[in-house]
Amino acid sequence: MKDLNLLVRLRPVAFIVVLLAIWQVAVMMHPGQLLPSPWQVIGGLADLLQHGLLFKYVVASLFRVTWGFGLAVILAIPLGLIIGWYHRADMALGPVIEVLRPISPLAWIPIAILWFGVGDLSAIFLIFLGCFFPLLLTAINAVRSIPDVYVNAGRNFGLRPLDLIYRVLYPAVIPQLLIGLRISLGVAWLVVVAAEMIAVNSGLGFLIVDARNAGNRYDLVVAGMVVIGIIGLLLDMAMRSLEKVKSFRWSYSED
Amino acid sequence: MPTQTAGQHSSTRESVDTAKLSTHNLGMVFHRGGETISVLEKINLAVADGEFVCLLGPSGCGKSTLLNTMAGFLSPTSGEVRVDNQIVQGPDPRRIFVFQERGVFPWLTVEGNIAFGLANLTREERERRIAHYVQMVGLQGFEKAYPSELSGGMKQRLEVARALAVNPDMLLLDEPFGALDSITRLTMRQELLRIWQTERKTIVFVTHDIDEAVQLADRVVVMSARPASIQQIVTIDIPHPRDISSARYLELRDGIFAQIGLAHKI
Repeated sequence: MKDLNLLVRLRPVAFIVVLLAIWQVAVMMHPGQLLPSPWQVIGGLADLLQHGLLFKYVVASLFRVTWGFGLAVILAIPLGLIIGWYHRADMALGPVIEVLRPISPLAWIPIAILWFGVGDLSAIFLIFLGCFFPLLLTAINAVRSIPDVYVNAGRNFGLRPLDLIYRVLYPAVIPQLLIGLRISLGVAWLVVVAAEMIAVNSGLGFLIVDARNAGNRYDLVVAGMVVIGIIGLLLDMAMRSLEKVKSFRWSYSED
Repeated sequence: MPTQTAGQHSSTRESVDTAKLSTHNLGMVFHRGGETISVLEKINLAVADGEFVCLLGPSGCGKSTLLNTMAGFLSPTSGEVRVDNQIVQGPDPRRIFVFQERGVFPWLTVEGNIAFGLANLTREERERRIAHYVQMVGLQGFEKAYPSELSGGMKQRLEVARALAVNPDMLLLDEPFGALDSITRLTMRQELLRIWQTERKTIVFVTHDIDEAVQLADRVVVMSARPASIQQIVTIDIPHPRDISSARYLELRDGIFAQIGLAHKI
């Protein structure tokens, strides 16, 4: 039984190994046209590590994501909760949000550079935009979908408005907010790469563009992509672990 | 005939002034998309302290709306609700509403739910009450469990415990056992009666189940279809525990069936 478990657990690893082998064979059959080989990519990673660039770029990207995502969380969630709560008083902000929401954050790049120049601020602004609208809509919907019984029960036990927010609204919206946070952190990680290709000169997005421009170093390009994928996965795993907190996960186990 | 016919001024055993809860010419009108729907008309009812009253009527007749105005969640469009002769202005922990849907907070444990209304008490008093009501509704061993780990009947008992823990004068129950299977429902009725007999709260219980009403109530308030008004108030003069195959029980039950206009045959 234990052996079987081990086999099952190793399955994804084995699959990756097979893919890497196919990749290696394909590159050997068409050298120089398709992709750098896995070995070259590992060499590229080693190169980046040696020059201290890998760590520096990862930190630069994470720094921007932290600020852009953090600011969006701080602004969008309270705003969304308020809009959702007062939906009976006609939603003045609705149409504005609906028009701004479908605009890709990438379309804002020229404006971002105009306003903030080439640098961290531009990238942070773009990440902020990418996270703000999904978070805002999640928060609005989360409040609206709170069943009336919870609010009425809270009022019945004599809660004042502030207590009602802290002891009923907040716990009631947590599960939906967690999903929104997870999605928008994913968006943030997508946007930072694109923003760094244009608006700054450090970070993993910059690494990819720079490696291509400075002498077609495709080993570095793919190395950058691999690092982006792995960090994205780690960020998502971190967000998922929040969903396992017992008092947060009530809605997932509700029958 | 033990049943009393309720006219414009429904006769009650208690005088309105000394009643625990009373409604005075209460009416409720809803406006939906330009349409005006009258839900309640001229409801005059007095409930005595410690009395168990069932509001009985067809689904959608407005009996839940009436209960919501008693709780203070809704304001009547005409007339008023009085509790201890004070006009009801909003919800109050002295009368706790037990919801038709599962109203327990899913993000709190059994203990956390029971303690929800006890924030102002000392720690010792709070723990004493939690232990007392956990025991009363038979949830020992589940203190740390979340509602998702409980059965439907346990959740409903938890909600009753949460309501009783704040020591209200009155419980307002809105078809509390409607979602339970018929066996659990019978047990829950027995438990509610047991709790009522120990705690002596005033209870207003909304149901569309004639048997349930006749098994539980001191008086059954039979309501008409929308717009709901009081058709008849039936005093159930059978002591507890009630023998539900006794002649008197069947007589009272069949009287209500006839009143609602149902031939008791299928």
